[in-house]
Amino acid sequence: MAITKETVSYVAHLARIQLTPRELEKLSGQLKDILDFINKLGKVDIKNVSPTSHILPINNVLRIDHPQESLPADKALENAPHQEGNFFVVPKIIE
Amino acid sequence: MDYETVIGLEVHVHLKTKTKAFCGCSTEFGKEANSQVCPVCLGFPGSLPVLNKVALDYAIKVALALNCKVQEYTKFDRKNYFYPDLPKNYQISQYDLPLSRDGFLDIYLDGKNKRIGIRRVHLEEDAGKLIHKEDISLVDFNRTGIPLLEIVSQPDINSPQEAYEYLTILKSILEYLEISDCDMEKGSLRCDANISLRKREQAELGTKTELKNMNSFKAAKEALAFEIERQTELLNENKAVIQETRLWDAKELKTFSMRTKEEAMDYRYFPEPDLPPFIISSEKKEEIKKTIPELPREKMLRLVRDYGLLEYDAKILVSNKWDADYAEELIKTYKDINKKPIVNWLIGALTATANSRNCTISQLQVPAGDFIELIDLVENKRIISSLTGKSVLIEMVDTKKSASQIIKEKNLAQISDTDVLNAQAEEVIKENPKSVQDYQGGKNNALMFLVGQVMKKTQGKANPKVIQEILKKLLE
Amino acid sequence: MNKVNLNELTAHELLGKLKKEEITSEEILSILVKRIKEVDPKVKAYVRVDKSNGQTGKRANGQTDLLKGIPISIKDNICTEAYNTECCSKILEGFKPPYDATVIKKLKEAGALIWDSKTNMDEFAFGSSTENSFFGPTHNPWNLDCVPGGSSGGSAAAVAADEAILALGSDTGGSIRQPASFCGVVGLKPTYGRVSRYGLIAFASSLDQIGPITKDVQDNAVLMNAIAGYDPKDSTSVDLEVPDYTKALGKDIKGIKIAIPKEYFIEGLEPEVKNIVEEAVNKLKEIGADYKQVSLPHTEYAVPVYYIIATAEASSNLARFDGVQYGFRSKKPKQNLIEMYKNTRGEGFGDEAKRRIILGTFALSHGYYDAYYLRALKVRTLIKQDFDQVFKEFDCIITPTSPTPAFRIGEKIEDPLKMYLSDIYTISANLSGIPAISIPCGFTKRGLPVGLQILAKPFNEELLFQLAYAYEQNTPWHTMKPKL
Repeated sequence: MAITKETVSYVAHLARIQLTPRELEKLSGQLKDILDFINKLGKVDIKNVSPTSHILPINNVLRIDHPQESLPADKALENAPHQEGNFFVVPKIIE
Repeated sequence: MDYETVIGLEVHVHLKTKTKAFCGCSTEFGKEANSQVCPVCLGFPGSLPVLNKVALDYAIKVALALNCKVQEYTKFDRKNYFYPDLPKNYQISQYDLPLSRDGFLDIYLDGKNKRIGIRRVHLEEDAGKLIHKEDISLVDFNRTGIPLLEIVSQPDINSPQEAYEYLTILKSILEYLEISDCDMEKGSLRCDANISLRKREQAELGTKTELKNMNSFKAAKEALAFEIERQTELLNENKAVIQETRLWDAKELKTFSMRTKEEAMDYRYFPEPDLPPFIISSEKKEEIKKTIPELPREKMLRLVRDYGLLEYDAKILVSNKWDADYAEELIKTYKDINKKPIVNWLIGALTATANSRNCTISQLQVPAGDFIELIDLVENKRIISSLTGKSVLIEMVDTKKSASQIIKEKNLAQISDTDVLNAQAEEVIKENPKSVQDYQGGKNNALMFLVGQVMKKTQGKANPKVIQEILKKLLE
Repeated sequence: MNKVNLNELTAHELLGKLKKEEITSEEILSILVKRIKEVDPKVKAYVRVDKSNGQTGKRANGQTDLLKGIPISIKDNICTEAYNTECCSKILEGFKPPYDATVIKKLKEAGALIWDSKTNMDEFAFGSSTENSFFGPTHNPWNLDCVPGGSSGGSAAAVAADEAILALGSDTGGSIRQPASFCGVVGLKPTYGRVSRYGLIAFASSLDQIGPITKDVQDNAVLMNAIAGYDPKDSTSVDLEVPDYTKALGKDIKGIKIAIPKEYFIEGLEPEVKNIVEEAVNKLKEIGADYKQVSLPHTEYAVPVYYIIATAEASSNLARFDGVQYGFRSKKPKQNLIEMYKNTRGEGFGDEAKRRIILGTFALSHGYYDAYYLRALKVRTLIKQDFDQVFKEFDCIITPTSPTPAFRIGEKIEDPLKMYLSDIYTISANLSGIPAISIPCGFTKRGLPVGLQILAKPFNEELLFQLAYAYEQNTPWHTMKPKL
């Protein structure tokens, strides 16, 4: 499966990363090589093999519904690049 | 051209747990911004989720009550997209192995039973709240992480009225299960719809639009009705319906397009690696099934069967669980086999009083025995009139005194001594010859006038029905 | 103390002296800081060093004195409350977590000294050389022109250069073991679920583990005692009792069955490394263990599987770095929200981070999920089954940690794929969730350390310590120090 510059550009948009034209060019080349290498996985016989998304044989990890102390608002906002009162601030959302 | 309407509804409901889905922050509503947050629900780097046991139990409870098949093996998945109310820029939700599937809910319209399929019920976490200003938006993460149940219907709904019924019945079931406040104003119940039209004999579905921003069931009904008209017009003019998201404008009473450039969003779902899967045993299901109370429909049918109520009346009584329990207690205690009087009082005066106080009838906290005494005094013993009875009721609610206490204190007892009433009636007859003539000449209104005159003389303390009979006899 | 400086001692030696009240913990820290001032301008193991010389270092009123007074050097991706934790990335600049990682909490409870300093790493742990750090590379103390390995290169170099007593690293595909082998120190990746991940800034959630990097095996066991254990805040942490790992030290290794997988001894493995490792295995045989060749047939697929699963998970884990709540936000004028996201992430992430995020996003995207991500999850099952099969008959597996010794700074950085292939021996342990340790087993002719990797069954770190200790105590490698 080839990865074109258009694909890389689209995927960069999905990932919300702005690439310079040089970056786009370079990255597309590198990703093509990496994917060519990864494509060797196509040789493996995976018939009847179930996927492993959790390596540990544990299940049903649950927590009791008992309130714990929250962070005070000033701690929550301490690292915020932009805040107003007790709110985080983001630029205009264009729908 | 005649088109068939096809509607699917998606309801999101906040679970009434004490803490959030994946962390121990409180879920209390209305607190100061960003005061109910922690590294986990804020999605701080390094934080990890742990599922709330009660959220899972509640979810299973709803799934069972909606006749769904609860999966033995279920897991969470990440739904990836960027938005400022989503701190991790992914939502922990369920994708291909949801908690439950393939259930149903029955609605009753025009005397007919219709089964609406429920495609799935699954658990996920809610996002935060945004406040939009001119150039910026403010973000409050208090609501982030509150456990949500997503209930998705099959596209089996065929009219706005059916949609309204479905929502009403669903809400009532959820309230009976006591797993949510179901308050659309507070945002603990939200509803989105998918609607499309197709020609009557067509097998495939038409292009659907998604409707959002419907803030009440009534709004949902109106929005759907509007959409049907809009799409019908387009189709009649041979124009295409665009697949898009439209918002309901409650002021202008129309839907308008959200106009997003994004084609179908690629959420890149994959299994949530931070949460091992869940195995739900049959023992667990049985344990939770036992906690499901008698649901509205069953209760309604039982009241009809056991107490001879009309279905219409029973339906009203069961719409709220605590009222239903209270009503049933009253009905059981009321000795008469004919329950109509007590039902009328419940649906009439008691409901009106509750409404005027913005609460439910059980919240009025009138002890069942006291209420029955009041009804007895009005209907059977006829100590006071129905009208007086209503004001006594209000007094009972306000003062918590019993009916007999109040009647005694305020000297409200009706005059039931027939000799006294006869005397008053004869006096009135003497004083109003013209009316007597009119009545004897066939004008029934005149009788009512005479009744009124007796009421005046007795300062309202006579039972009008009794007076009427006495007058009739005297004037024969 | 002049004969041997305090910073050159191991933690267990220092604990002995502290107990006898021959020294104080302030003395240890002060000599450590002195050493850092002396050599770190060359090594660059640290990215932040407490300006107050550790005066603000914290310890809890400890429940135990397991690590009383010992300063811990911490990789920049482990959250320490109120101390900058930035993953050596521009996008997390200035981030002060409002909470401690669970391992930090446990270390404080063990009496250890947590101070406001962090060791260098590849940005977000993306790398095998520490060259991807926003702050520039760390230099290998054994040869300053060479990389220390990665991504925990700072921690490994600091331990090797006696700029640290005990260090913590993290390992997703070899990031503790490979730098440990390049720097001639001991590095352990615990079984997945053995050590809490709460507070470890996530790279790949199903592969990450925090682990100890130390001067010798005993220190490694002591540090593991302090950090291992169940954490209710981490749903993937396992509720299994933590044994006293130091009890495994000194146990006889007679009869232990070692498997040598043939797929790890093929072309690509430098001949010098091969010889040194084979000698080490023979040494173990001398001491009493037994070895036999086996096959791990799906070995060649480990790297591609890893680079799909790890990057897919990373692409999702790193989505939160968007300039909204913490870290860097682009200062371009008049941005709307989407522009702010894109500029922040475009300017804030380094090249390798962007590469991996895009690769991972691609592997999960519509139309490619089945062919890439789902397929990788299935091959992961096969890789794990290879290990399960071998462990039916054998107690452990031994391999070289890396196909080469430390390479030159700049040698592989322009070729990502070449860089990825250097993880070839370490990656499978993460994919299978099993524990693995790297210990020094010799030097190349050019004086670069070579590492021996031992892998065991899940939760059998005791065997790793047992075998590693036996080897270590019969060889001189752990006593040798770089000339700086």
